[in-house]
Amino acid sequence: MTVLDSHSILLLSAICIPFLMGLYALLCSNMQSAPLKSVCIAGFAWPLVVAIFLCTQFDASLAGDYNFQLRLPTGLEQVGIYLHLGLNAISMPLFCLAAIVGAAAGYYALHSKAERLHLYMALLLIMQAGLMGTFASIDLFFFYFFHEFALIPTFIMIGIWGGPDRKSVAMELTIYLTLGALISLIGLIALYLESGADTFSMIELRSYLAANPILETVQSNLFALLLFGFGILVSLFPFHSWAPKGYACAPSSAAMLHAGVLKKFGLYGLLQIAVPLLGSGLGDWSTWLIWLALGNVLIIGLITLAQKDLKLMLGYSSVMHMGYAFLGLATASIVGLGGVLLMMLAHGLSVALLFMLSTCVYHRSQSFDMSAMGGLAQRAPVLAAFFVAATMASIGLPGFGNFWGEFAIFAALAESEATRWITPLAAIGIIISAIYGLRAVANIFLGSSKIPNETAESIVDLKFHEKLPAVVLFAGLLLIGCYPKIVSDAVDSELQQVFKTPPVATAQAEQLPQLDSSH
Amino acid sequence: MEPITADFLKQLADTNRWSAILPEIFIACVALALLAIEMLSPKRAGYWVVRTSLLGLLLPLAYLLMTFTCTECSAGDVLFSGLLLQSDFSTIMRCFFLVSAALVTYLAARYLKGSEWAKTEFFVLVLIIAVAMMLLVQSHHFVMFFVALETVTIAFYVLVAYCRTRVLSLEAGLKYLVMGALSSSILLFGIVLLYGVAGNTALAGASPDALNYTELKQFIELNADNLLVKLGVLMVLAGICFKIGAVPFQIWVPDVYQGAPLPVTAYLAVASKAAGFSVLLQLVTGPFAGMSEILVPVLSVIAIVSILFGNIAAVTQGQVKRVLAFSGIAHAGYLLVGVVAAFYVPWAVYAVLFYLCTYLVASFSVMNVLGFLGRDESLSYDDFKQFSRKSPFLCTLLTCGLGSLAGIPPLGGFIAKLFLFIAAYQANLYILLLVSIIGVVISIYYYFSWIRICLFTEHSLHAIDEKSVISLRRRDYCVLGSLLFASLLLGLYPGVLPIIP
Repeated sequence: MTVLDSHSILLLSAICIPFLMGLYALLCSNMQSAPLKSVCIAGFAWPLVVAIFLCTQFDASLAGDYNFQLRLPTGLEQVGIYLHLGLNAISMPLFCLAAIVGAAAGYYALHSKAERLHLYMALLLIMQAGLMGTFASIDLFFFYFFHEFALIPTFIMIGIWGGPDRKSVAMELTIYLTLGALISLIGLIALYLESGADTFSMIELRSYLAANPILETVQSNLFALLLFGFGILVSLFPFHSWAPKGYACAPSSAAMLHAGVLKKFGLYGLLQIAVPLLGSGLGDWSTWLIWLALGNVLIIGLITLAQKDLKLMLGYSSVMHMGYAFLGLATASIVGLGGVLLMMLAHGLSVALLFMLSTCVYHRSQSFDMSAMGGLAQRAPVLAAFFVAATMASIGLPGFGNFWGEFAIFAALAESEATRWITPLAAIGIIISAIYGLRAVANIFLGSSKIPNETAESIVDLKFHEKLPAVVLFAGLLLIGCYPKIVSDAVDSELQQVFKTPPVATAQAEQLPQLDSSH
Repeated sequence: MEPITADFLKQLADTNRWSAILPEIFIACVALALLAIEMLSPKRAGYWVVRTSLLGLLLPLAYLLMTFTCTECSAGDVLFSGLLLQSDFSTIMRCFFLVSAALVTYLAARYLKGSEWAKTEFFVLVLIIAVAMMLLVQSHHFVMFFVALETVTIAFYVLVAYCRTRVLSLEAGLKYLVMGALSSSILLFGIVLLYGVAGNTALAGASPDALNYTELKQFIELNADNLLVKLGVLMVLAGICFKIGAVPFQIWVPDVYQGAPLPVTAYLAVASKAAGFSVLLQLVTGPFAGMSEILVPVLSVIAIVSILFGNIAAVTQGQVKRVLAFSGIAHAGYLLVGVVAAFYVPWAVYAVLFYLCTYLVASFSVMNVLGFLGRDESLSYDDFKQFSRKSPFLCTLLTCGLGSLAGIPPLGGFIAKLFLFIAAYQANLYILLLVSIIGVVISIYYYFSWIRICLFTEHSLHAIDEKSVISLRRRDYCVLGSLLFASLLLGLYPGVLPIIP
């Protein structure tokens, strides 16, 4: 049901406004001018306003269909591609995530002292436009297209404003991500052609494939293409090597957007596209998924333990947490997939917060080496409080959203006889993350200070421009942690619709054989 | 044989519709007029020659666009008693050649300004090549095909060696001449072989007028497994693959692209390649359509090796013109994937055309940027350090051009590759798809290395030497800005180019 009303135009504007503001910033070179600053703020604030407004207007009873739909032709009709935008219960929370993290990252970047700031802001704005578009797309092609918007800006941002060794890291990241993107593009093209539906729109594909599903072997192959393509983009083990170095080298706002939001693109793709449309493929590949995800959790977890560099540790820890998401995906149950969504949401907020705070720590101690810091809590108590809270959140302390995500995934794993053995192994991951998280906190903030005196004299607590984004992200974490119902209700009804379709129901039945026998 | 009566001759003459090739006649007259201008007023020639040649290209372009009524693929009209065939395909390619010639003229005007070489002859040759390519793409008879192709090739021999006081240019010209002569003779031998075997009255479908595409198509369909037919077809293919620069006929490409003056490199890379591909597409969907059993494997192997060779060799290059040459070989490989798909999926022909259009925009973007860095043919990556400070506008243009060549959204090159991938998947060419992906990933390395060198300047902020800041005039901004805009537009709204039916 395509309704061109004010809400759908707002949705389109949430993508266009950052893009246009980014182009404007590209052309101006004088960052001191007030109009340019307000243009940048508008570019980041508008998607946030639209996202919150659309949240209030969201109609959860339209499960199985999309809210705020908009469909425009772009000259690619003969291959069935339209600019089809809309939000459903799975994409709405992620849309808000992109808006919130984008606003925080943008505000933080505006007050950073990067050289050629107008170029930096322009690239962030273009990236933001791409992120908003990714989650708002119903059309498979534009879903991929908006994600690629972020590729050149990330390359340029890491290459110009990144840390040491940035040139080779930027190249490695770009090549690796292009490989993953191309594999998933072939998967999407294959899905379009094999389905026979002559359309790239998810709505039409879903209804078409419910009536005439693809052959099981073909479904399996398509799922593999999408799994590995998206898996590379989400740093599935062993395709993860681009992520830690990339995030360690990236400037903080770019790292916030990339680790917090862009990484969720692959998981969102699997959740929104691969599971509903290629359900039997999920059943076939779940063993692979489980073992690789365990590699993420355990092997990368142990590697994270060995890290001494703060940002590198955070990079590895974000790779590790993706392991939980993949485990949730492998459960093929409503609880598991819902847990994945909650985890994505909470992890996005917490990792963005952690990257921002790590840059704040760097500005104060002039180093990322955790053993060369200490006692920061005496001079910057608010920073310490936020950092400890963010670390606790990422470990999975109840009260923050990550807890609900991980709990749901563990519950889903434990439900099924076949996957019960994974639960203790995954729980070890929690212990590992607690170890490195608390150790990092102890090394940076507690104990005696190893910072040289000249630097230590100038340490001040969080300034306003650092506090505001931190508070915004933190509030989001608390909100989901204390009241996850605002997200989970809608997600639940949406996933129930997905699990009614035959291929997915069969996959679920394969995973839970004992439930059938008990009836 | 029909008796040659007056009626027969009158019938034959009826098909000579000169008004149909009015653009070509007009451009040829303009070319001659340019020589007259230089003879009559040598002092003011510099001002008038460029403007006249641009006018001579843009007027026919406007005429063609206005009379172009493409929506369905019409079979086309056969003219001049079977020599020419005008269809939607040929009209699109004629517009393409006019646009590329206009852009080359613009590039050459800046390149030749203040140089020691004669200027007028360059523009005359560009116009003649444009006319010959337009006739080539309309040819429906092997004699017409060969004459037009040779006109293009010989004019290019002169253009490549145009800077005759430079060793590199002369060397490139000589290499192109020798290789071109070899390939032309192989091509001609193939054509003659086909003519000979098709005239054998003992075989089914034999015809005395076998050089006509339609007659040859009927013959080949009935005799696809004849050894001489196969040999002839492969030899013609060899001649065409030389023009498009596909492996194993690509040896001339790097040296000629590097040694030739910059506008000629651009012309070769874009128009000559496009001419080769349009001719290949016409042959593959026309006379050689029945030879798919042998052509599909051969073209597939050529495509795979071209993609891999072009991309891997480009990684090792340090001089930018050679990088563009090797990447051109890789792009020829991608286009060949589209040609192979055209055997199975009819609309793949238009996917190839769309790719050529985005390749035109992207290549000219990059070549124009090179044009602002002087007349040095050995430009290397080092000359691009701090480029983003010397001229942010040119740097943006270069980034968009290279990104489009690499196939990054939201630029036009991505949509072109998307169409090719869709067509290839529909034709079940999975191995070719896999090799294309590998090629794209490898190409990211050298394209992004170039962008990296331009953009990633050291953190040092000492001011750029005032002399090295590149200044552009307003008309440069207009032309280059429209190239930039075209690249983005083709990526965001591909429907603006109504090629795909």
